[in-house]
Amino acid sequence: MINQIWTWLTDGANWSGDDGITHRLVQHLWYSGLSLLIAGVIALPLGTWIAHSGRASWLVTAANSLRAVPSLGLLFAASMLLSSKFTGDTDLPYLVPSIIVLTILAIPPLLAGAYSGVREVDPAARDAARGMGMTGGEVLRQVELPNALPLIFSGLRSATLQVIATATIAAYIGLGGLGAFLRDGIALNEYDAAAGASVLVAVLALAADLLLGVVQRLVVSPGLRTTRTRTRRNRRADATPAAAALGPTNARS
Amino acid sequence: MDWSYVSDHWSQIMERAWQHTILAGVPLVLGLLIALPLGWLAARVRWLKPPLLGGSGLLYTIPSLALFVLMPVVLGTSIIARVNVIVAMTIYTLALLVRTVADALEAVPNAATQAATAMGYAPARRFLAVDLPLATPVIASGLRVAAVSNVSIVSVASLIGVSNLGIYLTSGYDRQYWTEIWVGLVSCILLAIVFDVIIQVVTRLLTPWQKACVA
Amino acid sequence: MKRTLMALAAVVTLTVTGCGGGDDNPLQSGTGGGAGGGSASSGAGGGSAPAGAIKVGAADFPESQLLAQLYAGALKAKGVNASATDPIGAREAYLTALKDGSIQVMPEYTGSLLTYLDKSATAKDPDQVYAALKTKLPANQVVLDKSAAEDKNSMVVSKKTADKYQLKSIADLAKHQNDITVAAPPEFKGREQGLVGLKSAYGFTPKSFRPLKSSAVVQALKNGQADAANIFSTDPAIAENNFVVLDDPKKLFGSDNIVPLVAKANESQVSAALNAVQAKLTTQNLSEMLKQVTVDKKDPDKVAEDFLKQQGLA
Repeated sequence: MINQIWTWLTDGANWSGDDGITHRLVQHLWYSGLSLLIAGVIALPLGTWIAHSGRASWLVTAANSLRAVPSLGLLFAASMLLSSKFTGDTDLPYLVPSIIVLTILAIPPLLAGAYSGVREVDPAARDAARGMGMTGGEVLRQVELPNALPLIFSGLRSATLQVIATATIAAYIGLGGLGAFLRDGIALNEYDAAAGASVLVAVLALAADLLLGVVQRLVVSPGLRTTRTRTRRNRRADATPAAAALGPTNARS
Repeated sequence: MDWSYVSDHWSQIMERAWQHTILAGVPLVLGLLIALPLGWLAARVRWLKPPLLGGSGLLYTIPSLALFVLMPVVLGTSIIARVNVIVAMTIYTLALLVRTVADALEAVPNAATQAATAMGYAPARRFLAVDLPLATPVIASGLRVAAVSNVSIVSVASLIGVSNLGIYLTSGYDRQYWTEIWVGLVSCILLAIVFDVIIQVVTRLLTPWQKACVA
Repeated sequence: MKRTLMALAAVVTLTVTGCGGGDDNPLQSGTGGGAGGGSASSGAGGGSAPAGAIKVGAADFPESQLLAQLYAGALKAKGVNASATDPIGAREAYLTALKDGSIQVMPEYTGSLLTYLDKSATAKDPDQVYAALKTKLPANQVVLDKSAAEDKNSMVVSKKTADKYQLKSIADLAKHQNDITVAAPPEFKGREQGLVGLKSAYGFTPKSFRPLKSSAVVQALKNGQADAANIFSTDPAIAENNFVVLDDPKKLFGSDNIVPLVAKANESQVSAALNAVQAKLTTQNLSEMLKQVTVDKKDPDKVAEDFLKQQGLA
């Protein structure tokens, strides 16, 4: 079986054309990137604001409960609701519902990351900043956000993993991407393509995670990188809903 | 929404809910039982930690649909056997829980373990009587994430002919029938909540010293 | 000590709440045959269920689920312990399930199954197709009587497209291939009765192909995401949306009569009951039943039950 997968992956003919690996891979990246971008634009400011202002923290809990909604059902529902709104020879009836669902899936971990990241900033650091005469906005930008980065990143990394994985089942509502190989491979008993594409999805997820890990190292202050913060977080993991939800990784499909 | 659908199909919904429970629940227990020793090893033996955590993280990146479909090839089972889904879901549960167990055990306060050692607890007894109970809240929070995740992923198995609540989703989509989509969505959510409540109640019973801090 | 007990209790409680009743062993596949011999790769000697339990498979489209319920209902009426499975998938998947013994009966279509088994098959006429099919089946499978009911693959276009390009047949469609997007289930791409055959018979290669699940194919044609689609001839959506079914002068989609494909070991057990159903099925009553399922949203098992009662089969 390993041999078949390898043969499929290394056959140049499988890489070219509209349903070739290259095109599917680019599509998969595009769908995932777009969903994460939209989710980030919504969730990061919102989570930060909730934690900073202490208002509407029920939103974090509410977003978390979204995880209980099965992604397959969400995809089917979104497709039935929206795809008839588009006419003509366009990919929008498949693209729009998929991107919306992937965005919905990415919001809870991102929101939880931003919220708990800002919430769990050492109160001493915050007080010191205030004592130095910083305004609320300055405290947020110069103290809270930089200190929140490790948890924001861990939220981003779980969201990324989840989106890349779920984008594969969106193939069942007509989306392209690597999931198309799975859908078609299963329908036609082409196990080499189905398995080969799964390897690619796994590699893509790992590569994205590694990349984010590198970025995290570059932008997070070394002072926050020690095991101290980690242990402290773990010890309190059960005490905050957001941290519990961040856990190791997240619900996905 | 056709409400009579629910009463007309009550016994079928219950049967599929039960199948869904088996497919999501058995892997949760099996995954936890396997993750405990592995997580303990990762927390204990320094050089084993990266391969154990990295390896389990790697398993989690395999798409669920692919894992379901490839199981019969690997296990030699029938293509619509439930065992395919159970093994695949156990792998996911394991992938989630090894890291949680390792983190939870590492977070047990040193003072507690040292006190136990000083009181003459042998390592095995100390693990069961001190480390594990103190790690329970964190492990339970990981288990809750895994439970919700399992209930959601199991519905994907309806695409490959294994009966569960997800059949309402696929059938509803095939016939453009909203009632079935709603039945599928709501029943999956309710089942996830049931799992979550059970885990919370059990955790509370197991950790009586914790007062109302399980979120 | 108390804590040790509690830790043990944790494991026990979780096991109990997770597994519930002890007698339903989740590690069993739920079917009789699969556990035993034939692995998925070996066709010969594939499993069969112990006398008694008959599973009727269903493909991932409503008509197949309806037929599976008809067969299961007719068997039950004759005292056979039968049930229909949930949708398994496309032909490639359910034939594997038949081979490995997970199912014993599968509603099939003569022409589609024949071209699946023999890509070079030339038979077109219903009786020829049926005769040819019998010679191509694996040794441990048989087909029972074919019914008069037929449900063919067909190439369908919207009224607008038909008028725009003056389309009457698939050959006309081929002339405009650079403007045509085809919607169909994913397996259509690799099938002889699909893009492969369309190319060899008509020289038709569409501009692009949209692989979609059953009702989404209809939606795509209706909303203009596709110019042509592969829809079954019994589908009520054709009449409902004024779709135009294109002629098939090369008879690529030949004849496709409904036929039960059965594991040989179970033939004697099921043939009388299923052949009685076959005798009553017509294209007309099949389309009517299908309409009840897809348009009126009735359950396939209810529709099947009504039909069997009405025909005196249950």
